[in-house]
Amino acid sequence: MKPLLEVKGLSMDFGGIRALDHLDLRVNQGEIVALIGPNGAGKTTFFNCLTGLYRPTAGELLLTPPGGRTKRLGGLKPNLVTRQGLARTFQNIRLFPNMTVLENVMIGRHCRTRAKVLGAIFRDRRTRKEEKEIVAASLSILKELGLSDVINEFAKNLPYGAQRRLEIARALATDPLILLLDEPAAGMNPQETRELDELICRIRDKGLSILLIEHDMKLVMSLSDHIFVMDYGRKIAEGTPDEIRTDPAVIKAYLGEDMDDA
Amino acid sequence: MDYFVELFFSGLTRGSIYALIALGYTMVYGIIGLINFAHGEIYMIGAFTALIVSTVLSIMGFPLPAIIILTALAAAIWASAYGYTVEKLAYRPLRNAPRLSPLISAIGMSMFLQNYVLLAQTPDFLPFPALIPDFAFMERFAGVIGSSDLVILITTTVIMILLTLLIKFTRTGKAMRATAQDRTMAMLVGINVDHVISVTFILGSALAAIGGMLIASHIGQINFYIGFIAGIKAFTAAVLGGIGSIPGAVLGSFILGLTESFATGYVSSDYEDVFAFSLLVLILIFRPSGLLGKATIEKV
Repeated sequence: MKPLLEVKGLSMDFGGIRALDHLDLRVNQGEIVALIGPNGAGKTTFFNCLTGLYRPTAGELLLTPPGGRTKRLGGLKPNLVTRQGLARTFQNIRLFPNMTVLENVMIGRHCRTRAKVLGAIFRDRRTRKEEKEIVAASLSILKELGLSDVINEFAKNLPYGAQRRLEIARALATDPLILLLDEPAAGMNPQETRELDELICRIRDKGLSILLIEHDMKLVMSLSDHIFVMDYGRKIAEGTPDEIRTDPAVIKAYLGEDMDDA
Repeated sequence: MDYFVELFFSGLTRGSIYALIALGYTMVYGIIGLINFAHGEIYMIGAFTALIVSTVLSIMGFPLPAIIILTALAAAIWASAYGYTVEKLAYRPLRNAPRLSPLISAIGMSMFLQNYVLLAQTPDFLPFPALIPDFAFMERFAGVIGSSDLVILITTTVIMILLTLLIKFTRTGKAMRATAQDRTMAMLVGINVDHVISVTFILGSALAAIGGMLIASHIGQINFYIGFIAGIKAFTAAVLGGIGSIPGAVLGSFILGLTESFATGYVSSDYEDVFAFSLLVLILIFRPSGLLGKATIEKV
């Protein structure tokens, strides 16, 4: 079976700097895959290429929905990539601060509906029906993420942990095949991290695949089915958590070369 | 006292027209951070379209209410087509360029449209027919508020309420707010940002065109240059209220309209602009981001 997401030979140059160098990566249906590496390794750049914010210099991005045909994501605009089934969160939270919690989630849902501007203005029957479905779907997502009590708050007024969950809720509202999480545990306390761990498992159990950038090794090791390690834009290792833990190249990248002599 | 009330209503009428134009400035600024200097010209084109369409329709013998409605529609649609095209040709290719480039492009577009109308139509003032009749029931208010002032006030109020509802409650409005707050993120949740920006230009242009038609019918003449000064005034109003803020644009427009009206009435019409711009300077000294603009403006 073809992997859900297959990245082949992805490169990204900024002027003379090669931020990503012939990167290969696969995510299978229903897997939690982690992408780790030191700061500046190119992990976020990789997410930006994947979601259409950057146009990769070379390489292929292939998405094969279960039972569907393979589609190329390279060169698509971000809103079209989202339509194909990739949704992401950011390292530094990027909610729509002056919109309510409910609105933030509803807006993620809109890309799955068909009503256009004229429908929005004249509110024909189909638009109203769609709008009702959007509200219902958004409320159920919010309930699942424990945000039911704050649906009418402005996003900017939520506490940090709730903002993180809201970002995941908004991404889920776009009904993705793959959820890309960019350091979801950043700034969380151990309790919140444990809850996040459970949340990610629940999302996976619903049939979504997850690609995760994370620095919290405990979280990565406990969650991931498969780990890719990057350094200086290259993939330096991949494997199961146990394989990665003992990989000499990974230890070198994280701890430096001369640890034994020091 | 009557004189005061008369000036007050004439100020409100002016303010309404400024508001219809200022909304276009402030919405576009809210979404893409651009001062669309060609917006005044869109208003002027709306007025010319209204003149042509209403003349043709009255020659064809349409009844007055039909003329008014069809003219407004035609002006709004035709000006929207211009607004859409201007954005597509002059601003979209510069979307990621330094901020100054689209600004220069906007000034160029403004001059181009002025000169285009000058050549295609005429450099002279053209008489504009009074589209709004004198209502009989307004006679007892004669000398205080005229029929066309009343129509302008009501139309503007209705349009503003509709616009607020659109932005607050429809999905298009949500997409506009999302785009204003974080364009990249808006794309990533699946919003077609190009589409949202086009809709913003179309809405703004339609409002300006209605404003152009109403004021042309009120004043009774137009030429190719009316967009320039009206545009500058409406822009002033938008800045006064806090550019990027929709209630701010409306508030700023009414303050500006009233100031001008009272200055003209009690001092001299020669000083109309002096008072208007002194007010702007004063407000910007004490509230640099405008009356309703916060340090971080709630855009759109």
